[in-house]
Amino acid sequence: MSKGHKGFPWNHVIGFFLSIALTIFAVLMVQYTDFSKSTVMFIIGTLAILQAAIQLFMFMHITEGKSGVINIINITYSVFLAVVIVVGSIWILTTGHAAH
Amino acid sequence: MSSQSTTPLEYQGQQNQMTILGFWIFLGAEIVLFSTLFASYFVLEHNTAGGPTGEELFMLKEVLIETFLLLTSSFTCGLAIHEMRNGNKRDTIVWLIVTLLLGLGFVYMEISEFIHYVHEGATIQTSGFLSGFFTLLGTHGLHVSLGIGWVTLLIIQMMKRGITPVTARKVFVASLYWHFLDVVWIFIFTFVYLKGMM
Repeated sequence: MSKGHKGFPWNHVIGFFLSIALTIFAVLMVQYTDFSKSTVMFIIGTLAILQAAIQLFMFMHITEGKSGVINIINITYSVFLAVVIVVGSIWILTTGHAAH
Repeated sequence: MSSQSTTPLEYQGQQNQMTILGFWIFLGAEIVLFSTLFASYFVLEHNTAGGPTGEELFMLKEVLIETFLLLTSSFTCGLAIHEMRNGNKRDTIVWLIVTLLLGLGFVYMEISEFIHYVHEGATIQTSGFLSGFFTLLGTHGLHVSLGIGWVTLLIIQMMKRGITPVTARKVFVASLYWHFLDVVWIFIFTFVYLKGMM
């Protein structure tokens, strides 16, 4: 992944059109298909993660600089914590463990 | 990764590198902050207490406009950094101003959306669902508003001092913040609005 500073910012333009396309695709999935709710959620959830990755790698240049590896580890760890917090909360509070 | 012939200005010097690394660590903390708000929202989502549900409330058109405003502002912010790395002060500032205008448009749309909901009788006190909703969306909107103030100050500083290692680093860090808010919005759009409208 070479990032020449000069010239046309292809990375950004491609990232931008991808994110617009993914957003429209997600809306179409919700409005115009009759898949089950969980199937649609799985697909648009995947699209959201893809879009986040586009932002991180194509716009924020997460791997750039001397601490690129540290950045990846740090963000991966934060995302892990976020998943534990969100999934854990839903799990605990919807399966009846808290109903005592 | 390390194929650049010259290091961008904002990475020059130990202090600048440490500041950028520190800001990434801050963003990690922000991810965890927003995850707690998302968790509260998901847990309270179905507790509408006789008030309106997301399906009745959410307006796809307005939300899509907000999404495109923020996506485009993230793109123009990236272009500002691109121009800054080319040493082009005028274009950097122009793209930053475009970013700000799009951000202002987003905040305007969001506030009028909230006012509309309150007129429909959906306030933060109506139900658990709406408490979670307004807290999550409000925190994001507050971040965007703070970002607008921050970038405004940086534009003034860059006009006065030009592109130096210090101003370049400041603008770069602000751009990371701005892109991050777009990432959070993508998840709000998908897991609050689209999920709520199904």
